Amino acid sequence: MATTSIAANAGKDPGAAARAATGRKRSEYFSLYLAISPFYILFAVFGLFPILFSAYLSFQSWNGIGDMKFVGFAQYQFMLSDQFFWKSIVNTFQIWFISTIPMLFFALVIAFMLNQQMLRGRSAYRIAYFIPNVTSIVAIAIIFGSIFSNQFGLINAGLQAIGADSIEWLNTPWGIKIAIAAMVIWRWTGYNAIIYLAGLQAIPTELYEAARVDGASWVQVFFRITIPMLRPIILFTVITSTIGGMQLFAEPQVLVGNSGGPGNEGQTMVLYLYEQAFIKNQFGYGAAIGWGLFVIMILFSLINWRLVQGAGTRGLRRGARA
Amino acid sequence: MNPVTAQRIRSTITHLLLLAGVAISIFPFYWMFVMASRTTTDVFKYPPELLPGTHLLENIRKIFDNIDMVGSTFNTLVVALATTVLVLFFDSIAAFAFAKYEFPGKNILFVVLLATFMIPSQLSTVPSFIVMANLGWVGSLWALIIPGAVNAFGIFLLRQYAQGAIPSDLLDAARIDGCNFWQQYRNVALPLLRPALAFLGIFTFIGTWNDYLWPLVVLIDPEKVTLQVALSQMKGLFTTDYSMVMAGTLLAVIPLIIVFFIGARQFLSDLAAGALKQ
Repeated sequence: MATTSIAANAGKDPGAAARAATGRKRSEYFSLYLAISPFYILFAVFGLFPILFSAYLSFQSWNGIGDMKFVGFAQYQFMLSDQFFWKSIVNTFQIWFISTIPMLFFALVIAFMLNQQMLRGRSAYRIAYFIPNVTSIVAIAIIFGSIFSNQFGLINAGLQAIGADSIEWLNTPWGIKIAIAAMVIWRWTGYNAIIYLAGLQAIPTELYEAARVDGASWVQVFFRITIPMLRPIILFTVITSTIGGMQLFAEPQVLVGNSGGPGNEGQTMVLYLYEQAFIKNQFGYGAAIGWGLFVIMILFSLINWRLVQGAGTRGLRRGARA
Repeated sequence: MNPVTAQRIRSTITHLLLLAGVAISIFPFYWMFVMASRTTTDVFKYPPELLPGTHLLENIRKIFDNIDMVGSTFNTLVVALATTVLVLFFDSIAAFAFAKYEFPGKNILFVVLLATFMIPSQLSTVPSFIVMANLGWVGSLWALIIPGAVNAFGIFLLRQYAQGAIPSDLLDAARIDGCNFWQQYRNVALPLLRPALAFLGIFTFIGTWNDYLWPLVVLIDPEKVTLQVALSQMKGLFTTDYSMVMAGTLLAVIPLIIVFFIGARQFLSDLAAGALKQ
């Protein structure tokens, strides 16, 4: 610690050293504040100011070029009655639901298999499972667009090969959502599996040995030991995938376009904000949607918080810090 | 069945299942390569061609003729490298100060820093664009580099690491030798922080390379964009030349996979350890 060492130095020559220490301390404080200042300066300019400004903007009507016009709460009133806004919320939650549950389930199963003792090639598997996560979403959306394509898609070719009817994935409400969810699942399962694997490796092996001695089956071990011990980590991954899921943008934008495809079925909350603000130049309304999103995210985080709390204090602390 | 055979069967089943998962992870890359190496006519064929063709170089040449692949790759590289270097520097000095020194207001300042985590960046997308317009940075790479030059996540991560990795005795010794804060940072902290910096560096580079929403909003000049924006423009413009689009996608994905492979082993251990600590 800085203070204790200066005190120790001062002990050798009380008067002069103490004065020198104060001077040094002052110049050290200056250096320390200088060291941490970039974050606060950049946050003030590119974080705090825009947020305050967006609050102001949400009470205006502005197309980005002409004069702003004060409209009071009109943007918010419009938002609450805007069926496209509500549709984008419903879409976001539907996609979140059908992607998160399979994703975390597969991740757990993969981590469980990777954690088996004396498994060969564990680190090669980890790398292979993580590669989807470093790939850009734009690239993934282009590739998945061809896999799910209405006319020549690989999945439809497969369906035809087994004699089933092909599905116009990108033309039907659930088809679009499944295609988007598939991208999320593909990109994030490996990531979550690696997090789970780390959690599994922290579970004492004696527990498994005891279970083996008692003749427990794989399934029993999985549901009676693994899942309960992993609970804090599971909650961590639920929270991170909630945050990610609420912010879904690039996947639907590249796959089905700015308005979310036929019937706006792929339009997520952030995509709707983008479309209103930057395609339709409704800057005031875009800012209002931003605050709408913020409230929804806070509410959903609070629900998660309650879930975490219910699951025990250990989970609470981890979730809070994540 | 004796236990050894049972164990062997179980291990084989595990590997088969894991390999099936790996196949799903890898397949889209393979499929991208197949389409990038065939003609667009092949791509639309039924039944589909499942093996790579011989037109890869031709498709790559078409890409370079039609879109500014070199320019957008260069832009992306500039943004990703500049952001990574700035993040590593600014995050590490701040983290070092927070981890190893006492100064008035430290705790409050750190709480403020953590609180900024909670704010979704989309909230400020619209006004951030207006800030950039006032700075004259719309369409410029500065608009991507400067706001991302320092972040709360990296400071938090490095501070956690610095607390354990930098012995206070060593700093005291450096201080007695007359090193000021900056000299202590350079000579003591930086070498010891190297593993955490490597992780944060790869993490930042990949994240910046793949960033999409903000570049899409702020880079309004279609001639001067990043790779991700160029890819998405290309997808919109050349809907009929699928194999060319795939060749472009392939080129955009490769550099990142190389960066990942360089540090993969260490990166994944650090990632997992970080999640456990949090």
